[in-house]
Amino acid sequence: MAAILTPGTLAPEFSLSVTPDQKLALRELRGNPVILAFYPADWSPVCGDQMALYNEVLPEFQKFHAELLGISVDGVWCHEAFAQNRKLRFPLLSDFEPKGAVARAYKAYREEDGICERALFVVDKDGVITWSYCSPIAVNPGADGILDALERLPKQE
Amino acid sequence: MSTLKVPIGPEDHVQGGDDADCTLVEYGDYECPHCGYAYPIVKRLQRHLGKRLRFVFRNFPLSQMHPHAEAAAETADFAAAKGKFWEMHDLLFENQSRLSLALFEKLAQQLGLSSAELLEALNRKVYEARVRADFTGGVRSGVNGTPTFFINGQRHNGPFEYEDLLAAIESAGG
Repeated sequence: MAAILTPGTLAPEFSLSVTPDQKLALRELRGNPVILAFYPADWSPVCGDQMALYNEVLPEFQKFHAELLGISVDGVWCHEAFAQNRKLRFPLLSDFEPKGAVARAYKAYREEDGICERALFVVDKDGVITWSYCSPIAVNPGADGILDALERLPKQE
Repeated sequence: MSTLKVPIGPEDHVQGGDDADCTLVEYGDYECPHCGYAYPIVKRLQRHLGKRLRFVFRNFPLSQMHPHAEAAAETADFAAAKGKFWEMHDLLFENQSRLSLALFEKLAQQLGLSSAELLEALNRKVYEARVRADFTGGVRSGVNGTPTFFINGQRHNGPFEYEDLLAAIESAGG
């Protein structure tokens, strides 16, 4: 497993496609916490799929005013079909061209497989990583670590 | 190691006594096929272990993926308020392939409950907060899909065939 970026590091800036004609930059979300969920690929076949779980947990994340972004190397059209099929209510970003560049910046890219690690980052309102976790690729890391990390952030007004 | 963050309490649906050697908690979704698969396995464990096992079922509906899961969970909690939780729980899993509002009404009648009262409870979302509390407690305990089992408070990772669960329960002192 990769040694991903650790707490205290300034989260590398990025701007990625979120729909076929729209980009989203990390700095646009300054002021609120951001959860970055890098994952290997759309269309994971299982019921307890990580993105499906986060879709259900979204209201808990929102209690902390946190924005969740899913990131993989899949293209925008693939993301769009996947998000529609799973009824996902949060954005999926395409780390597509140059492939995996953002995942690399977070040290969460698997060169040998050409996909993202299953890596989680919680970024605070100032853009600093406060928690990160890299899960074994086949293991859904759940949401408890994210919620614990959000709870440790200083209370916002 | 993920552990159960919400202790067993009076709000829980429990089969078996406090004095059981082992407590098995399942976080499940009535529409999840894997939970449907686990349903007879849990029954077999209960038959085999008898009073040595206490079983607790908590809701973890993946409602964006399973359109009937939330209403099914609320239907079971409606039945619970009338003292018929386990009867409804069993009927829901036994009819998993045809979950629908019409079926929930039928099952309520089958248990001698008012289907009109059930519909009103579902419409007014009377049991939504309770189902959500189960779900949130599950998330905090590291539930990452369904079914997720906890054996004496420790998350059971890996397969949940009868033999796997029995071995895990026995090594936990059950």
